[in-house]
Amino acid sequence: MVPALVLFLAFAIVPLVVAAGLSFTSWDGLTAPVFDGVANWVAQLTDPVTYHALWLTFQVIIFSWIVQTPMSLLVGVFIAGKQRYRALLAALYFLPLILSSAAIGIAFKALFDPNFGFSAALGLSFLKQDWLGNPHLVLYVVIFIIAWQFIPFHSLLYQAGVRQIPTSMYEAAEIDGAGRMRQFFSITLPQLRNTIVTSSTLMIIGSLTYFDIVYVLTQGGPGYSTWLLPIDMYQTGFSASDLGGASVLAVLLVIIGLIIAQLLTRLTGFNRMSSEAEGA
Amino acid sequence: MGIRTLLSMKKGGRATKRWAAVATAAAISVALAACSSGGSGGSAGGAIVAWGTTADKPIIQPSIAQWNKDHPDAKITDSYFGTNDFKSKIKTAVGSPQAPQLVYNWGGGTLSQYVKAGLVKDLSSDVTSSGFLDNIVPSIAAIGQVDGKTYALPMSSTAPVVLYYNKDVLSKAGISEAPATWDDLLADVKTLKGKGISPISIGGQSQWPYLMWLEYLVDRVGGPTVFQNIIANKPNAWSDPAVLESLKMIQSLVKADGFAKGFSTVSADTNADLALMVTGKAAFMLQGTWSYSGISSIDPNFVKDGKLGVAPFPAVTGGKGDPKDIAGNPSVYWSISSKASTAQAKTALDYMTKYVWTDSYDKTVLDQGSIPPTKDAATKLTTDFAKNVDQMINQAPSFTQSWDLALSPAASTAFWTQLSLLFGLSETPQQFVDNMNKTIGK
Repeated sequence: MVPALVLFLAFAIVPLVVAAGLSFTSWDGLTAPVFDGVANWVAQLTDPVTYHALWLTFQVIIFSWIVQTPMSLLVGVFIAGKQRYRALLAALYFLPLILSSAAIGIAFKALFDPNFGFSAALGLSFLKQDWLGNPHLVLYVVIFIIAWQFIPFHSLLYQAGVRQIPTSMYEAAEIDGAGRMRQFFSITLPQLRNTIVTSSTLMIIGSLTYFDIVYVLTQGGPGYSTWLLPIDMYQTGFSASDLGGASVLAVLLVIIGLIIAQLLTRLTGFNRMSSEAEGA
Repeated sequence: MGIRTLLSMKKGGRATKRWAAVATAAAISVALAACSSGGSGGSAGGAIVAWGTTADKPIIQPSIAQWNKDHPDAKITDSYFGTNDFKSKIKTAVGSPQAPQLVYNWGGGTLSQYVKAGLVKDLSSDVTSSGFLDNIVPSIAAIGQVDGKTYALPMSSTAPVVLYYNKDVLSKAGISEAPATWDDLLADVKTLKGKGISPISIGGQSQWPYLMWLEYLVDRVGGPTVFQNIIANKPNAWSDPAVLESLKMIQSLVKADGFAKGFSTVSADTNADLALMVTGKAAFMLQGTWSYSGISSIDPNFVKDGKLGVAPFPAVTGGKGDPKDIAGNPSVYWSISSKASTAQAKTALDYMTKYVWTDSYDKTVLDQGSIPPTKDAATKLTTDFAKNVDQMINQAPSFTQSWDLALSPAASTAFWTQLSLLFGLSETPQQFVDNMNKTIGK
């Protein structure tokens, strides 16, 4: 317990307290921080950019969940099968998981290039879009790339979940004459309840803090089109040298994250952690 | 903590727990030790520390090695970082006791911030007596000065922004020479479009190439004083009619489809903008002289076969600015930390003035295909490209530093976003001006 506690204190609690303290100071990172009361809080909470960033972040959370959950579930169920070719496909599906976000960002930047990217490679001119430059398109492009990166991870969770389901349940269902679809909806899906909750929690809290891939791809642009809350925090702190203002945004992120995590555990009954394998 | 440790703690008894604790404690102490040893290693005597970026490492390192050979009692310890890593590292280090004695900087806005915070030494009297600045191009030396005093000395190549063009493409379109004026450029855009060629390549996704168009236009329309007023934090300096006029000119060029279709997705960081011009899909490109090596690497024959054209940015008829003015990156500079002891400051100054821009130093820069910021550089240049550019540098009455380096961090952060909104036609020139006026003094 003690080492875990030390690490938790050093890397979670202490930075949090420091950030909360810094949010009441004016600090450029060069000279000593100067206490200036709630000025940063007023500035950030009256700035329309903050609310815009918050709205974009919520869009990313919702769309990421809607896109990633069904895909991960299907891929996970598929690769849970024991056939050889499925193992081979599984290895291919997991490839994005071992790439760094920066590498993925740079690779997709090259792929989306309108002159030398995949539109030119495939010779399909309708793919020659201003993918990362069109303010109405770019957010969905980003959500797509994030999904490409994270679906493998969540598929892995679902695969493990499916393999935990006792085969006796399926055998019994088959004797009762249930088809594959019926088995999926009546056995697999209910049995994966806890996995779905875990995966969704990770997905939603993860979406709240997406930074690296968006930063490499667009730096929050064009204009403010992908200016997510973590990007806003980084730009305010490290580009604009307003570390006090950035600390306000950091504290906001923590508060929102805690609220969402609390809501999720309550809504899903995850805190009661009941077993789903009764009668198996 | 690894998953392994967690698992063993759960399963194992007391002994496992204790071992896990020991291992963790050991890991933490190693990490802490690593932190504390990262500071200045040269507190004794005249030994000093220098940090640079990997981009300039090939230039800096040999001269420091030579210095260390000649001065075993006052060694310089050098480390190099990626540009962005360096920027964030120096931000926290420069004001602390762990500050490197040799402070690498880009002059301009960052330098004047350091000067205001009292972090770097005034070198005026030292450089006057040593005559170091006599051989430096004056417009480049000026970037290392704040309020007439010298705080920084140039130590890297100079890289202005020039108008590149594909001679092959122009002649196919029936255009005989590079545009001398903005109106010529607009006429060329029309002609090229008629032939189905994208007129201008720009890496809009990277945002910084946008700046090159604005900084040149503002200089051509209103002269260098317009931007000087902006960095001097004069109220509403962005409202200058020259700025507004330049912003309108940019938007009309965008509306005339002057920039290749999909330009805001083209990344300059992957050299996709250079490729567009080299492959003949676009005719013009405004970029820094550092792109020359990129162009040669995409197609070595492009330069050899004489297809590469280089011209100054076009003049604007009726504009106040001298068409010989240039913009871009004048140089990179060394300053001396005000925390350095007398002996350390002497090491730093001797190195900066006696080991930089020597013949061998020049040679390293020239071998890269770059241009030293010295007055006698012309005699040592070999390629036509470099000779052309060097002439532009020496004849330039004013060298405008890339605005992002001269602006305060808060203003330049807002500036990138505003530029991408402007080029995307998502806001009007007046909105741009109003939004930038809000950043003055921040």
